[in-house]
Amino acid sequence: MNTNILLELLENNARLTTQDLADILHEDEALIKSEIQQLEKEKIICGYHTVINYNKALKNEKVMAFIEVDCTPQRHKGYDKTAMKIANYPEIDTMYLLSGDCDFLCLVQGKTMFEVARFVSDKIACVEDVRATKTLFVLKQYKQNGIVMKDEEDVESTRLVVTP
Amino acid sequence: MKPLSKTIENLKPSGIRKFFDLASTMDNVISFGVGEPDFDTPWHICENAVYSMSEGKTHYTANRGLLELRKLIAEFHRIRYDQHYNPENEILVTVGGSEAIDLAMRAMINPGDEVITMDPNYVAYTPAIEMAGGIPVIIPLEEKSEFKLTPEALKNAITDKTKAILINFPSNPTGGVMTYEDYEKLVPIIEESGIYVVSDEIYAELTFDGEFASLAQFPSIRDQIVVINGFSKAFAMTGWRLGYVMSNPHLSSAMTKIHQYIIMSAPTPAQYAALEAMTNGLSDVSHMHNEYMNRRNLLVSRLNRMGLKTNMPHGTFYVFPNISQTGLTSEEFCNRLVEEQRVACVPGTAFGEKGEGFMRMSYACSMDNIIEGCDRIEAFLASLEQKQEENPSNRS
Repeated sequence: MNTNILLELLENNARLTTQDLADILHEDEALIKSEIQQLEKEKIICGYHTVINYNKALKNEKVMAFIEVDCTPQRHKGYDKTAMKIANYPEIDTMYLLSGDCDFLCLVQGKTMFEVARFVSDKIACVEDVRATKTLFVLKQYKQNGIVMKDEEDVESTRLVVTP
Repeated sequence: MKPLSKTIENLKPSGIRKFFDLASTMDNVISFGVGEPDFDTPWHICENAVYSMSEGKTHYTANRGLLELRKLIAEFHRIRYDQHYNPENEILVTVGGSEAIDLAMRAMINPGDEVITMDPNYVAYTPAIEMAGGIPVIIPLEEKSEFKLTPEALKNAITDKTKAILINFPSNPTGGVMTYEDYEKLVPIIEESGIYVVSDEIYAELTFDGEFASLAQFPSIRDQIVVINGFSKAFAMTGWRLGYVMSNPHLSSAMTKIHQYIIMSAPTPAQYAALEAMTNGLSDVSHMHNEYMNRRNLLVSRLNRMGLKTNMPHGTFYVFPNISQTGLTSEEFCNRLVEEQRVACVPGTAFGEKGEGFMRMSYACSMDNIIEGCDRIEAFLASLEQKQEENPSNRS
């Protein structure tokens, strides 16, 4: 079985059934099921999410911010220990270690700007070895996970229904 | 009013037109009827066309098309398909593959010449032969031989009057392909008879489970072959209308003569888009290729499981399921399917008489549509079965 194709298919559309996946990959459905279970167990598949355009779904009820975090790495541990202290906060949606001017880049979601600001000043800034933070609020999201967020509803496709 | 051209008056209207008129009046239709990629043209290709216009590249080009583009086409075909053509005098850039088919027919046919073509085939071939004054000679293709052209059939169709044969592999509508070994058996017949082969290879990049093969790969008949290809299917550029035709210099000059009188040169922005496509678009092609293959696997598995016998096609984005066991004709099946379940498939008969008992389904649509469409077809088959149980006498 080609696990990479299986992962790619699920990444693009987690709603495909195991039967659909079996059809696409020309494999037995039972084998697909066990492979997915194994991938979940190994934490290669870490969850199944929906891509939501919050610009439209909840007007102004959700704010997102990118937090740049500078920290002092620890002897023997590097960045990982500090990273876990930050990543464990449920407010942190996504987090990376980066090259360049800042060390961590965290995506934080909150109900209000004030809530996000307080989270940064009260929690992140106070984590041991964190030297500085910089908060960048998201004004508008244009694309997520490869999907362009559109303001207008799907217009009727202009493709012809039947062509030679 | 004076009468119009007899040739045109006598042309049969396209069978697809009738079905289009029916399907396009309905809402919530899942369409498997579309003969073009569902992908939009990759953005970098569009962007290069826009840039070329802003740079003032809006004039005619050379009749044959931009030399830079022809050089890229020659290189592409040399590397990918082992086909060798000189960009200076053997390649002509056309308005889609469609123009190239027309040019090839007009350049080679004298009144009364026979041109062999297949059934089922793409709807434009027979009219193209007739409009050029030729007489179409039809070779029926069989499901049992995977809709391939066999040496016996070719031999039997050739007469003293045969000027050319018009082939299309991978094939619309059947998805059939010819391998190198399949073609090898045709080579002696083609060589001996001296006929031209017009090979419409527009789906070459959409070859699955093996390598694309072409008669132009055989040096002994290379000068008899006319290769037609284009950007529409491989790069999702149908609306740009850009194709090309490659042949020996003598035939290429003849086609260029027609092209310069009726077209002048293919649209310039489209040629700049094509330059970008050939330079940086190969990863797009491979992405789409893989996506089509996944969809094909899903669709063929589902159709076979629901009892519609379907060959695994090795090319294009079409499948050609056999619906004859339902007892309905292709047209009845497709009309009722769209009326009762809002699923549009094209009756096989739109592509010739031998298409009876089949329908063409294009999987150039989203995976979600394939799943939903198959659910509806399943429901349709179940309702057919139920009706037959209620009225067993209706079974034909």
